[in-house]
Amino acid sequence: MATDTRDSTSFERVSRAKDIAFEYLTLGATLLGIVALAVLLSYVAVDAVGWLNWQFLTSPPHPMPEKAGIFPALVGSIFLMLLIALITFPLGVGAAVYLEEYAPDSRLTKFIQLNIANLAGVPSVVYGLLGLGLFVQLVSLGYGSLLVAGFTISLLILPIVIISAQEAIQSVPDSMRQASYGMGATKWQTIKNVVLPESLPGILTGTILALGRAIGETAPLIMIGAPTTVFGVPNGPLAKISAMPMQIYTWAEYPDKAFQHGVLAAGVVTLLVVLLSINSIAILIRNRYQTQS
Amino acid sequence: MSSANAPDLTRDDGRTRREAVVRLVFFVCAVLSVLTTIGIVLTLLSDSVAFFAEVSPVQFLTGTSWSPANDPVNFGVLPLVTGTLVITIGAAAVALPIGLLTAIYLSEYASDRARSVLKPALEVLAGVPTVIYGYFALVYVTPALATIFPTIDTFNALSASLIVGIMIIPMVSSISEDAMSAVPDSLRNASYGLGATKFTVSTSVVVPASVSGIASSFILALSRAIGETMAVTIAAGNTPRLVDLTDPAGVFLNSIQTMTAAMVQLGASDVTGQSIAYKSLFAVGLTLFVITFAMNLVSEWIASRYREEYR
Repeated sequence: MATDTRDSTSFERVSRAKDIAFEYLTLGATLLGIVALAVLLSYVAVDAVGWLNWQFLTSPPHPMPEKAGIFPALVGSIFLMLLIALITFPLGVGAAVYLEEYAPDSRLTKFIQLNIANLAGVPSVVYGLLGLGLFVQLVSLGYGSLLVAGFTISLLILPIVIISAQEAIQSVPDSMRQASYGMGATKWQTIKNVVLPESLPGILTGTILALGRAIGETAPLIMIGAPTTVFGVPNGPLAKISAMPMQIYTWAEYPDKAFQHGVLAAGVVTLLVVLLSINSIAILIRNRYQTQS
Repeated sequence: MSSANAPDLTRDDGRTRREAVVRLVFFVCAVLSVLTTIGIVLTLLSDSVAFFAEVSPVQFLTGTSWSPANDPVNFGVLPLVTGTLVITIGAAAVALPIGLLTAIYLSEYASDRARSVLKPALEVLAGVPTVIYGYFALVYVTPALATIFPTIDTFNALSASLIVGIMIIPMVSSISEDAMSAVPDSLRNASYGLGATKFTVSTSVVVPASVSGIASSFILALSRAIGETMAVTIAAGNTPRLVDLTDPAGVFLNSIQTMTAAMVQLGASDVTGQSIAYKSLFAVGLTLFVITFAMNLVSEWIASRYREEYR
């Protein structure tokens, strides 16, 4: 009997030790990626010190690192983002409203839904080929123009906008729709006056987060022939544009140390700060909406 | 009472028409996504067909040399496919175990508070633009690796696959965690009732019960690694090279070229109009699209099966 007790306690001890070890292993795995990114971000922040200044933000690119700036790419990115927002918001919300409010439970609906999920997984470089073949070659909107870049990246983020808008519309309780119908409203009136206002914060959050993804896209820009260096701000929809990620890619090809650890780091921090501001706006909208309800 | 004085209950004001028009507008928005897919397929096919009229598909799929721009031109896609495979295997070695352990921690061990901090932090990993990851790999990771492997190239597959692995961790962890959360508590409680520890419950009950969701997340993450473009272009370089299995260290320490990097190289160069190099761009794009699309479909199919299991 005595040996039995000792065996069971040692078994208990071993399994408890295994349990604790496993908990630390999984915690370590969870922290690994986060810590790695934090370390890399702190490196780039340190490198950017002294390079990221007003002169950098307001100057065009220059072969000499001390004079190089990101201004045309920064403005190009902002123009591009506005255009993408104008295109994707109505189209994405429209598609989401159809799928959530109108679509019958048919094979066509299932097919559209599956298609959207699959489009979200198509590599961005393939969307670049779509832009090159369709907007540049077929419609002749010009290599690397603002319009082509806007259309191409809009198609790329549209599935993300649709899926997040659908989630926002799903969260509107059915009782609200029924109340609207009960007052004699038509379907469109219900959507316009009840569903859309109620789901707007969720839709906005999703769209803004998708814009954050759009602003970092590089591969599609390269494929549609965006120029590696642009010295001025775009003066029309068909003007060639640069964007921040494109400029970062261009600088990454310079072997010069002052570029790699200086100008490039400043460019990376600028892009990250813009991205962070966009995402904070999305989170602000979400928090405000959550405290209200 | 004449019938002319009765209230007209069918008054419409063109509402029915307006409702139909609105419905049509929304339908067109939804169909646009299908048109996008058709557009992608047609764009890729039309130039690929023109390409395969000049280079036979057999030559393309089995050729072992890729040099689209310099003489002698060769259009064998195998070096690019194996280059992509090297990156994908390296990224999988990082992301699959770490992502799975992360999902177990978040689903089984983490407190609500820890989860509310860790989950958004992991999402940040997926939100950083890939061009920035490429820069990290080239400027910080490779020099750090050079202290361990002195023979490493400036452009190498190792740093690229490590960074792609970190990038796709959230993809594995979030979908796997969803699957683990869907495992009913009754299964866990049955195991606890038999005296199992959390370790046993996690590894012997939760993971097997959510295996289809985990598999689906793995496939999706690998598909993402295959399609990953900027990080591998910047960090792994542009050396189309068939993998030499007799030199396993060299596979990771030297420069390679993936399908996506080859596309970027062609896209950034001045191959325009109807040159064969331009058309080859679409043939590689088609290959990439078919591989990733098939993987996404398989992942979707497995995921829909696991949804039926518990709901």
